[in-house]
Amino acid sequence: MSMRTIRLRINGVERAGEAEPRRLLSDFVRDDLGLTGTHVGCEHGVCGACTVLLDGDPVRSCLMFAVQADGAEIDTVEGLAPDANVLHPLQKKFQERHGLQCGFCTPGILLTARALLREHPAPDETEIRKWISGNLCRCTGYRNIVTAIREAAEEMSDGQADAPALRQD
Amino acid sequence: MPYIGSSVKRKEDVPLLRGIARYVGDIRRPGMVHAAVLRSTRAHARIAGIDARAALELPGVVGVLTAANMPGLKTIPMRTGQIPGLERSQQTPIATDRVRYVGEPVAVVVARDRYVAEDALELADVTYEELPAVTDARAAMGPEAPRLHDAVPDNVAAEFQVETGDVKRAFAECDLVVEETFETQRHAAVPLETRGLVAEYDEGRDVLTVWGPTKMTHTNWRILSELSGLPQSAIHFIEPAVGGGFGARGEFYPEDFLIPFAAMHFRLPVCWIEDRSENLKSMNQSRQQSYRVRLGLRRDGTVLAMDAEILFDMGGYTRTHGGVPIIASSAMLRGPLRVKNYHCQVHCVLTSKTPVGTYRSPGRYEANFVRERLLDMAAHRLGLDPAELRGRNLIRPEEMPYDHGKTPFHYTVYDSGDLPGQLDAALRHVGYEDLRERCARAKAEGRAMGVGIGCFVETSGIGPWEYARVEVDNSGGVVLYSGINSVGQGIATALSQIVADEMCVSIDEVRVVHGDTAKVPYGNGSNASRSTVMGGSAAVGASRKVREKLMRLASAELEIDAGDLVLADGRISVRGAPERSLDFAALARLALPGPALARGFTPGISEEDFFATDKRPFPYGVHVAVVEVDRETGMIEILDYLVMEDVGRKINPMIVEGQMAGGLAQGIGGALLEEFAYDEDGQPQATSFMDYLMPTAMDVPRGQFISTEDFPSPHNPLGVKGAGEGGITAAGAALANAVSSALGVEITRLPLKPGYLLELMDAAEKG
Repeated sequence: MSMRTIRLRINGVERAGEAEPRRLLSDFVRDDLGLTGTHVGCEHGVCGACTVLLDGDPVRSCLMFAVQADGAEIDTVEGLAPDANVLHPLQKKFQERHGLQCGFCTPGILLTARALLREHPAPDETEIRKWISGNLCRCTGYRNIVTAIREAAEEMSDGQADAPALRQD
Repeated sequence: MPYIGSSVKRKEDVPLLRGIARYVGDIRRPGMVHAAVLRSTRAHARIAGIDARAALELPGVVGVLTAANMPGLKTIPMRTGQIPGLERSQQTPIATDRVRYVGEPVAVVVARDRYVAEDALELADVTYEELPAVTDARAAMGPEAPRLHDAVPDNVAAEFQVETGDVKRAFAECDLVVEETFETQRHAAVPLETRGLVAEYDEGRDVLTVWGPTKMTHTNWRILSELSGLPQSAIHFIEPAVGGGFGARGEFYPEDFLIPFAAMHFRLPVCWIEDRSENLKSMNQSRQQSYRVRLGLRRDGTVLAMDAEILFDMGGYTRTHGGVPIIASSAMLRGPLRVKNYHCQVHCVLTSKTPVGTYRSPGRYEANFVRERLLDMAAHRLGLDPAELRGRNLIRPEEMPYDHGKTPFHYTVYDSGDLPGQLDAALRHVGYEDLRERCARAKAEGRAMGVGIGCFVETSGIGPWEYARVEVDNSGGVVLYSGINSVGQGIATALSQIVADEMCVSIDEVRVVHGDTAKVPYGNGSNASRSTVMGGSAAVGASRKVREKLMRLASAELEIDAGDLVLADGRISVRGAPERSLDFAALARLALPGPALARGFTPGISEEDFFATDKRPFPYGVHVAVVEVDRETGMIEILDYLVMEDVGRKINPMIVEGQMAGGLAQGIGGALLEEFAYDEDGQPQATSFMDYLMPTAMDVPRGQFISTEDFPSPHNPLGVKGAGEGGITAAGAALANAVSSALGVEITRLPLKPGYLLELMDAAEKG
């Protein structure tokens, strides 16, 4: 199959790679760009583990071809923390509130939550639950995830901004 | 301030949160190729031929393996749950001449990437001679049923019974006998990460390295050695980060042989990552049981006898844990009740479906549903409140330790606890009387609201032993080498807390190594809520030995009697003269072979310990569910939910609560949503997440979780009872009781899908 060149900006860095038109964005990000923090849980768009932000919006990278992301801006979990020693408020609260156990769904949920907080900086419990209802977690029972997102929202609105990791904010 | 009992943040979290933790699918080896497994599309058939020519011609395909490439194939042995007879229906890692479930491995394709490997699967042509399938366990026992294994003429893989007291006489003395049939549906652990393996054979060193095995790395290490003929010394297993286990991940599956075999055969590193459809057809399923049961009581509600027959639907083969779920059901059907006269007849039945294994609270989830439903039915007939009936029959604290009597294959001497006290506390906490009144008022307004109780006793901490080695490394850090595994539960944190307290160091100074057979020689892994109980206790033993060694070394160096030394804050000092002290790094230098041998010490600061026991702790507790059911649609809303459990002692309360909450979510999934249905030809009907419904954030209530430490277990030095399964175990029971109460019906099967509830409501209306 013929290869296509795909150029995109991922976590603020310009990257390019060659891929067949049928190659999934999730595989491109994980295997061609080496960013394996994006996880693949079902490959049919239900579990949400592979969620990344595409031009700021959460998408399932297993339901897109890499070629469709040509020219796009993508955020993955690796770009969330400003550097190795500092966690994003969402990451910090997930740890404090025990919002993760095995951690497999966590990158997708963090990115969904990131998009939620951009759109609704002060979501209530129901809003949070609706937003993350497209992300399956098999370990936690969700309650600590919801708490972590709510508290991260509070912390971020207190001015402890999350900006460093994210280009557009 | 001790670490034990404190909700310290998990050591596991930061790599997971940053996306840098490596799961098996994230491992890359130079020259790595990818495997895809060709699976049977038939539930029962003879393989007449496999034509792989077209697949082999596809550019990028490395090769195709079938049973023909694997002479001398052995079956995968049981590691536990060996009910005599089950050995006749074990599975070979790849089908030889016959397939017995949809999803059974028939061939393995290896190609340069997974896209090509999957293309090649499409090109491989298997000719099947179809045989009749049987999907119902009762039908499979009948004379007309197709025979699935030649060695098992009646499809009954094994049978056994439990018998205590005089059941016949006791039933004759009963005023009320509740007789009913119950069904629990097939569902499973379904962790969010599918299974996967990377295997690489280094011919130069003659070492096969396998990344991926978890739960019980050392058991699988031994099994792979037995099946492959390689000695264990030539196999190295490494456990990566793991995306959830819940009992199903990490057993020795067919692929645990096939992928290492492929790596050796092709002399290439091979990666296999299962897709979700394969996962839903080939990972162990669980929970499918069918009961005929009688409960006999006196008029005052005293339970006198119980008699049960259980059919355990095994699927097409016996897998590694043999009959563990049904052994647990037959032993624990009595649960928290004093049942002096008990009989249980078990039939393990083969059917043309995916083989089964354990899922969190194996066998107990099912048995709790049955027993707790029976109790509510009896209460309704006797005109007693369900709580009152339970209060009369729960084992009392003065009866502890409580021996249920001889039970095959299962230890059933409860260690400690106050079951009636726990029930009272739970009922007070939810305001049970008020709730009952609220339900009655709601009913008067035409709303179907109900409260349901599920009492339980769990079993945990299974032995017979666990291994630990503790060392002080050159930096003065403390390293625990443990025979347990991580499945995402936070065990490295809990063990670090235990070791940090024993060694009087900061938790940051403790490193935990597990799941690596080059570094840990023995282990029994993580299952049956045993990691903290067994792994923690072994860590205590090894730490104490290391402490003694440190004291001896310091005593020799400082020339002070060990009794005048104190260990605190990572150093040993002379009592009353803290300036005379040695830190762990200095002590490690003293233990280097040169200085140590010169002084007559065995070099190194490293001590092993085995914690061994033939007993088990029994955590216990109560679930209370409050629901409202929409009579028009049959949809259930969970208004509130309490789980209360005595765990003996909490190492990390945050993690304990997380286990309870996560368990409950799975229990709700099992009670309301999840089901592996098959059509009559044995075709699975739930092979994607569109058909296999797992609870989302909208389905799971916030819930209330209370763990108590009222009765530390006398069976281990920590007093812990294991906390992994209390959250799930009585969820089916409590929800079924709440929904029954809300609708005024008697539920006898799970899951509580709207269609079933509407059926029950219809039948009740017709009277």
